[in-house]
Amino acid sequence: MSFTRSHLFASTAALLLACTPAIAEDLVIGTKSEPSSLDPQFHVLSPNMQVSLAIFEPLVRQDAQGAIEPLLAESWELASPTEWDFHLRDGVTFSDGTPLTAQDVVFSLDRVAKVPNSPTPFTLFTRQIAGVEALDDTTVRITTKQTYPNLTVDLVNLPIMSKAAASGDAPEGRTTTELNRGEGLIGTGPFTFSSWQKGADLVLEANTSYWGGAPDWDRVIMRPMTNPATRSAALLAGDIDMMEDVPTGSVDQIEGDPSVKIVSGPPARVIFIALDQDRDDSPGISGTEGENPLKIKEVREALFRAIDREGIVSRVMGGAAVAAGSLGTPNMFGTSAEHEVPAPADPERAAQLLEDAGYGDGFSITLGSPSGRYVNDARVAQTVAAMWSRIGVKTAVDAAAPPVFFKNRDQRAYSAYLASWGNNTGEIGTTLGAQLATYDKEASQGSANAGRYSNPELDALLSKASKTMDDDARAKLLEEADALAMSDFAILPIHFEVPSWGLRADLEYEARADQFTLPQNVTRSE
Amino acid sequence: MSAFVINRLLQAVLVLFVMSVLVFVGIYLVGDPISMLVSPEATDLERDAVRESFGLDRPIFVQYVTFLGSALQGDFGRSFLTGEPALQLILERMPATVELVGFAMFFSVVIGVPLGIIAGLRPEAAYSKIIMTGSIFGFSLPTFWVGMVLIMFFAVQLGILPTSGRGETVQVGPIQLSILTLDGLRHLILPALTLGLTKASLIIRVTRAATREIQAMDYIKFARAKGLSSSRILRVHLLKNVLIPIITVAGLEFGQALAFAVVTETVFSWPGMGKLLIDSILTLDRPVVVAYVLIMVLFLVLLNLVIDLLYMVIDPSSREKVRD
Repeated sequence: MSFTRSHLFASTAALLLACTPAIAEDLVIGTKSEPSSLDPQFHVLSPNMQVSLAIFEPLVRQDAQGAIEPLLAESWELASPTEWDFHLRDGVTFSDGTPLTAQDVVFSLDRVAKVPNSPTPFTLFTRQIAGVEALDDTTVRITTKQTYPNLTVDLVNLPIMSKAAASGDAPEGRTTTELNRGEGLIGTGPFTFSSWQKGADLVLEANTSYWGGAPDWDRVIMRPMTNPATRSAALLAGDIDMMEDVPTGSVDQIEGDPSVKIVSGPPARVIFIALDQDRDDSPGISGTEGENPLKIKEVREALFRAIDREGIVSRVMGGAAVAAGSLGTPNMFGTSAEHEVPAPADPERAAQLLEDAGYGDGFSITLGSPSGRYVNDARVAQTVAAMWSRIGVKTAVDAAAPPVFFKNRDQRAYSAYLASWGNNTGEIGTTLGAQLATYDKEASQGSANAGRYSNPELDALLSKASKTMDDDARAKLLEEADALAMSDFAILPIHFEVPSWGLRADLEYEARADQFTLPQNVTRSE
Repeated sequence: MSAFVINRLLQAVLVLFVMSVLVFVGIYLVGDPISMLVSPEATDLERDAVRESFGLDRPIFVQYVTFLGSALQGDFGRSFLTGEPALQLILERMPATVELVGFAMFFSVVIGVPLGIIAGLRPEAAYSKIIMTGSIFGFSLPTFWVGMVLIMFFAVQLGILPTSGRGETVQVGPIQLSILTLDGLRHLILPALTLGLTKASLIIRVTRAATREIQAMDYIKFARAKGLSSSRILRVHLLKNVLIPIITVAGLEFGQALAFAVVTETVFSWPGMGKLLIDSILTLDRPVVVAYVLIMVLFLVLLNLVIDLLYMVIDPSSREKVRD
């Protein structure tokens, strides 16, 4: 930091110290993108969720590792396998002073389905809810459509709004446009809305009457800075106190400056390669006389073993990743222990497997990849292509801008494609259900399974797990399902991205598995 | 005169129509907005529901006709991403961009015109060569790089200017202005310099060429022969004529920068329209992209009209041409 700036800072600080007993402080966060709306029920999108979790609170929340803990609901129990009774915490008031009651919960959960024009409605999290009723002022009964162990995981994403403040003439009460202006944007959270200039600063103020004690910061400013180099420069210059997602190129510079530091979190989003497995004439495969070699387990295993994951992690990802042997991270509920660490690369064995499968001369394949959607995505695909080519599978990479990539993927134009999956439930069942359960549009199964892997045994395990309330039994079923899919090489996990934050050296932040930046969790080190 | 204006406006309508078709179809060909907007966790049925609510399940020409019908009534539809009216999103961001581009153009004219005249009057002098070489750097260096270097030097090393953002703004009527506060001006300097550098280089070169051409004209020689002072020749005879090409170039560059200041806005996190456009293209937020392009086409057509009208004020001979 320059002399002028630190000198100025020192004198200002001295002046402030002389005037006030405690320094009133702002926290400025450089975010990678801005929310699309402040309506906590408009759009399921990370930038929206992290802001709404500063103003509003759900009944239960996830800790940094993804475990469920009580928040507005102090405790809950099952009245029957499909009836959950939640007991609200005593003494919680909204930021406008009105007390929280069961009616607010009923109102909030009812509003979800009524919000119009949403690009992804929050009904994603109310799918299994059949009804919500207030048993008394502090007890809410939620009835699910069937036995559903993951209800609390869904509730994490449903912040409670104030019925009094958010009621209005429209069917949904206060409209999204009104909430964007801050009208009716009243929650029980640690911060309150102050102002929002789109494309620029979103300003939050401390909720001084917060039931959990007034937060550390008088004001929080969330400033969207889409260009990662700009975020790093702003952090180094002291314009911001914290930044999301440190780019690989800035790591050395930030680590070399004593006034700032990097915290990185538990592995999160998984990067994988999905393989087309239900058609004989798969596009992009040639040299196989019209057959699809990806249907053969040995070929898939060969492709799995050809990949040097540690090499990708250290050389392409700059260490900001962890090699993956399963779609679920090791800390995730239901991940099979035997697949936590992937088998090391073994090109000789891979070549032998190809030979055994009758493809000793190899074949040609096109690997689709987005370019610019995930960290170094196209470079990872290029590296995998080189590794596959080494064992005789001549691989060409088709890297496309994300809109084009997703269009191709949805039209099933790839034989193999690199993609990613973020799991916000902390449980592997949802990941396996979306990626590897047999595709069935009407039953909403395998919705992301563009490779069309299908295994009735896996489907049965997943379906059984989704209805098993007992945690131990469910974990066992999921571990079995994970192990089954991974030893069948149904899909090829590459690595988990590790989220990172850059922040002032005197601040602390516990990196979160859900990758949210929650200002209430940023503290000053003592 | 009025026939000229009407003719221009009719052309504008045609251009608007063609552009709206191109952008509409272009986005349709690139990809499916649903796969960019909807959370991957949504099932195919939920996806279909969103597709239907945005009207994207209908044939493309039906979508276009529906759009055209409401656009003619001034309704460009709602942004897929934010649910807000597309036009409003753009207009909200416009003041920030106008401010940035206006400041950058002002800077480039103030620097570019004098340097260009100096280089044009004495083309062989060493300082003229330095100016011209400098201008080559000015427009060949990538804006992105220049912006980052300026940030690294002035903000990170010296710490005298802010790295990004717009700073403190003042509400004037419906719009937010940052040029009225000291903090806002400090935020404006680096991005305006970055954007203005390329423009200044261009203006230097145009001014120099025009100066050399006009200097060789008979009326300048005649004025010299008459014994007018060189400062009077410069002010009255040279400058006025040099202004015509400069107005053309500066006007076009202003329009260009206003519509596509994307790179500068991204590097400096400037909350302008350019950033909105690029974000909207990436998420295939079609209503915003279409509305943006149409507004810009309209604006550029009007800008050209204003430039032509300015010619008439400065250059009497062009007034004759239009009357014919």
